[in-house]
Amino acid sequence: MEPGAGEGSSTDDYESLISTTDAELLKRAWRNEKAAPEILKFEAALVQRSRQQIQLMEETVEEFTRNGVDPLTVSLYQMDLDRTLFLLRSYLRTRLQKIEKYVLHIQKTAELWNRLSKQEQKFAIRCVGDLTQHLEQSVLTKLPDQYQSHLKQSGASENDDMVPEPKLDTYIICRSKKFLGAFQLDDSGEEPVNIEADDLYALPYKSIKPLVESGQIDLV
Amino acid sequence: MAASSDSQASAFSAAELEFLAEDEMIEIVPNMRMDSLNFVSGDFGPFRPQIATQVPLWLAVALKKRGKCMIRPPEWMSIEKLTQVLEAERDSEKFQPLPFHYVEISRLLFDYAREDIQDVYMVRSLIEDIKDVRFHKIGTGLEIISRERTYALRLKNLSAMEANIVRPFVTRALETFYKLSSPEMIQESDHLSNRQPQVTNRGPRRQLKDR
Repeated sequence: MEPGAGEGSSTDDYESLISTTDAELLKRAWRNEKAAPEILKFEAALVQRSRQQIQLMEETVEEFTRNGVDPLTVSLYQMDLDRTLFLLRSYLRTRLQKIEKYVLHIQKTAELWNRLSKQEQKFAIRCVGDLTQHLEQSVLTKLPDQYQSHLKQSGASENDDMVPEPKLDTYIICRSKKFLGAFQLDDSGEEPVNIEADDLYALPYKSIKPLVESGQIDLV
Repeated sequence: MAASSDSQASAFSAAELEFLAEDEMIEIVPNMRMDSLNFVSGDFGPFRPQIATQVPLWLAVALKKRGKCMIRPPEWMSIEKLTQVLEAERDSEKFQPLPFHYVEISRLLFDYAREDIQDVYMVRSLIEDIKDVRFHKIGTGLEIISRERTYALRLKNLSAMEANIVRPFVTRALETFYKLSSPEMIQESDHLSNRQPQVTNRGPRRQLKDR
């Protein structure tokens, strides 16, 4: 698979895609990543485009400085560049923090693993290596046989019960740009929630997860 | 507000919310001449003396700091509009519509463009009052969570800062109620006993049931 296997957001939101700038999309990706409990799909195409734009802008600023363009203009371009850089860095950093936190869970769940970029996968592998080595050296090898796994509480555990996982039933606050109509929260037979445009809702993350992934709803 | 830096509990810090608010558009009247700016975040300008133009707030503030423009406060920041909002806010249980980033925008303008706001003291105190009324309402409004079974909460017209402040409490409260009322909670309570994290949740549940 290609880095993150991401062709950006799916085609369903084509209309809003062409009317939205990359700066806007990056901001949305950053917000969603910060507010979602689990790691989201790496926005490969968007990150690549943003990188290119940043590089282009850096060259422009250099050129301006060389050609003696009015320092005010240069400093404004620099500010705009700094804002974009901040967004991109914070986006990548938020992801790394999540990877560090849930690395063992991500590694054994193919769906999550494929959400990472190539570089993030490399980072995750190194992370797992270091973590395992550290746990073994400092504690595990000194414990009885039954208790030497870094994934299980003891040999008697059927599942890997020492692997931290994100809590998907966490509540999040979200907002939709469009009227989404009656939305069934889960299969518990509760009344559906009417999701209106531009209103804030506190909902369980797992029930609106598909809407976040398809870009219909934004986390705030 | 002090607790808003806890990254787990509230997703955004106050500084990050301000960063987002700085992208909101605002009208400025430049006093200098400058070509269009083709930024990553969009194209702005050209700038001509005395000709009003729309720019993001961060750009307006940057120009203002250098004495290159006057900022036109948004319409909702007039005494007339704010008085209306405050009255409506006091009369009704509902939240009045205000810009999503009204707290941050007004704060930035008070900090950097005081002289561009007419009757700045009055405007400031009106906004403070509105904020107070709304926060009080949030407090009393949250009681609804404990009164009825709440799975989803609509926070109509709540602003970014307000939502961020109530986030830790609201999300945790809803989460707890959600867990307590789920059928699995009752069925699985035996086989959950070997998992520690859930144990704490079982205590209160029993109590609620017995009453």
